[in-house]
Amino acid sequence: MSLRAHLVVERPAFRLDAELDVPDGEVVALLGPNGAGKTTALRGLAGLTPLSGGRIVLDGAEVHHLPPEHRRIGVVFQDYLLFPHLTALDNVAFGPRCQGVGRAAARRIAAGLLERVGLADFAGVRPGRLSGGQAQRVALARALAVRPRLLLLDEPLAALDAHTRLEIRSELRRHLAGFDGATILVTHDPLDAMVLADRLVVVENGAVVQTGAPAEIARRPRTDYVARLVGLNLYRGEADGTHVTVGDVRLSSAERLKGPAFVAFPPSAVALYRTRPDGSPRNLWKAVIDGIERHGDNVRVHLDGPIPLAADVTPSAAADLDLVPGQEVWAAVKATETHAYPA
Amino acid sequence: MPWALLVPALAGLAFLVLPLAGLLVRAPWPALPQRLAEPRVIEALRLSLVTATVATVICLLLGVPLAWLLARTDLPGRRLLRALVTVPLVLPPVVGGVALLLVLGRRGLAGRWLYDAFGVSLPFTTTGVVLAEAFVAMPFLVIAVEGALRAADQRYEEAAATLGASRWTVFRRVTLPMIAPGVMAGAVLCWARALGEFGATITFAGNFPGRTQTMPLAVYLALETDPDAAIVLSLVLLAVSVIVLAALRDRWVGSA
Amino acid sequence: MLKRLSLAAVLASVSCLAACGSSTGPAATATPGEGGSLTVFAAASLTGTFTELGRRFESAHAGTKVTFNFGSSATLAQQITQGAPADVFAAASPATMKTVTDAGPTASAPAVFARNTLQIAVPAGNPAKVESLKDLTDPKVKVALCAEQVPCGAAAVKALDAAGLKVTPVTLEQDVKATLTKVELGEVDAALVYRTDVIASAGKVTGIDFPEAAQAVNDYPIAALGTAPASDLAKGFVDLVLSRRGRDVLTKAGFQAP
Repeated sequence: MSLRAHLVVERPAFRLDAELDVPDGEVVALLGPNGAGKTTALRGLAGLTPLSGGRIVLDGAEVHHLPPEHRRIGVVFQDYLLFPHLTALDNVAFGPRCQGVGRAAARRIAAGLLERVGLADFAGVRPGRLSGGQAQRVALARALAVRPRLLLLDEPLAALDAHTRLEIRSELRRHLAGFDGATILVTHDPLDAMVLADRLVVVENGAVVQTGAPAEIARRPRTDYVARLVGLNLYRGEADGTHVTVGDVRLSSAERLKGPAFVAFPPSAVALYRTRPDGSPRNLWKAVIDGIERHGDNVRVHLDGPIPLAADVTPSAAADLDLVPGQEVWAAVKATETHAYPA
Repeated sequence: MPWALLVPALAGLAFLVLPLAGLLVRAPWPALPQRLAEPRVIEALRLSLVTATVATVICLLLGVPLAWLLARTDLPGRRLLRALVTVPLVLPPVVGGVALLLVLGRRGLAGRWLYDAFGVSLPFTTTGVVLAEAFVAMPFLVIAVEGALRAADQRYEEAAATLGASRWTVFRRVTLPMIAPGVMAGAVLCWARALGEFGATITFAGNFPGRTQTMPLAVYLALETDPDAAIVLSLVLLAVSVIVLAALRDRWVGSA
Repeated sequence: MLKRLSLAAVLASVSCLAACGSSTGPAATATPGEGGSLTVFAAASLTGTFTELGRRFESAHAGTKVTFNFGSSATLAQQITQGAPADVFAAASPATMKTVTDAGPTASAPAVFARNTLQIAVPAGNPAKVESLKDLTDPKVKVALCAEQVPCGAAAVKALDAAGLKVTPVTLEQDVKATLTKVELGEVDAALVYRTDVIASAGKVTGIDFPEAAQAVNDYPIAALGTAPASDLAKGFVDLVLSRRGRDVLTKAGFQAP
């Protein structure tokens, strides 16, 4: 049960043109900023938004000409959209009933699925009386009840509060692992994507800009958006041996490369000094403090200079350095934590 | 509370309520029980309730799909259609009755065929009363249901479609239950309008006790010679409609 | 919302009451000799003839404006007793005139100025081949009568009683014009209406005389009303109706002289 899709949706001032290949059992996260076209892609796959072009092939059969009710693609919507007039059990039994399963048999299927998501005791409850996490699990059970060839989840955790989210995230991970078909989930939260997905597909402005395993993407971002998401300083330059030239700055890195290259390092790899430090003259330049903010247990300093830069320092170091916006400092980046890869 | 709202509000309330108070004050209370027991009163009341209810059922069967057509499809000329649907609202009911005669009468466009082929003649029958009431009352239902359909969240219908529901199943099992309060409100409005229908009924169905003489017709004719009887009949109609609407409100419409 | 609903129902149920009681004419404010206005309440069956007589009256009394309120005699009588500003009342039956005279004195005694008799009205072509009053008793013949509460209905009952016939109509219409409309549209095969209405229909229905009509002649009384400030003008108008010229206009329309 694999998906091969080329989705083209054209609208005034927007064009989605994305290819998605998802083999059986794989969970792919579509990651991207708001308005990138993630949800449009999902709706296109489900048949809720007509495609302007392209094709959708499920298990070798074209389905893009079929209406949504004939695609057998399960969808978990962002607000779950559980039918308010039906009990949790009847919500889950809805799909099997539509597929012609008898009432009793459909309810048996539904009861089994509710059991699987740990909600057997809530079968007779209407959605209005379920918590957000419970509703999400009912929605998942409802989508799985049609034995879908492809499972789509639209921001599955966005409607939950931070505490519930943590709990549901790992649980969802477990349920998705138990589903043997292809799964695509849409999210703008990198953490959700990293935890839930086997592979990330980053979408920006309607196009796929990067795809790969979460660790790979976290290590080697290829756009500013991804770099910001994974918290890295990212530059594009020209590599020559163990140096990458970015504008006026020459950065040393661990790898040897030649030609166009990305170079990335975490803000924690940056050290700041009031005066030019002795020794290690590599990856050192003068910068001006642009802004300061708290970042977890540290202080994140945004610097302006030959290249824009984010640096994390400990609060005590920040106090010792007496950092204020507009002040000049020396910034040094450890070559061992600087990572270069072909552009 | 701003006076600019309160004063006209109270004036409006008085304007609506005072005529009712007038009816109550002028009602021949001592003779009331005796008048209420008159067979023609009971006959007219029974006919009114039966025809208004049947007319409402017809309006539901035809009006809900019509509202769906107006709210959920991209039919060409839909705006014009919607305008046409509301015509009975502005048309004087008597003209509506004449129009029905011209179409469904024994010599009407469609009625002629009905009469020649089946010997069916609709004017002057109880069926005619139902048709006249349905004609006048249907727009109330269609407008209410169309409003409910527009207000309903269509994403639920999309969710149902992804679960394999055909459009008919979506309508029956998702759309209809979700707009049920709107449909009920429309049906109540429709029923109330049908119950009070006068002009189209007397024009299309005529006036014959027990067959086509509904309460409003009985009121009108009683007024010619016996205003007291007219007041009594009006009070009966008033009481019945208030009781039924209040009961429906508690049972169906909830706090809407 | 339902509060509004129940009010709507209430309004609908009393709407005909409202519709029946709201027409008023301008109050008569006349100074004899230099014109003024005159308000005449007259039975609906007098619409054509009285409009013409009003025009004649206006040309004979320069500056005078005659305003009519035509309607069902019973309704008009009630409006007058409720204080509607009428200077002259011309009724289609002595009973409705009595409603007004019972309520207060009139400026002139009611006088019968015309008589109307019933005819059998049939649609063009007379599809049911109706020839006599007895034919109306055939259950296959659809008959419309006026409701008993209105004068044409009372007259029909009187005529049928006199003939010893029992007719089961399909409808009892609220006034003679509505009855006539049903004949014009061919929805009924016959109806009992006034001869004047048959003539006024200008050939759209055919009138058939029947001897029993003589038993149910409708007298039309007219009176100037005591409440009229313009009672001289009012009496002048009554005189015109009763005059030879007035009678000519009425007989041309199918009325009979008293």
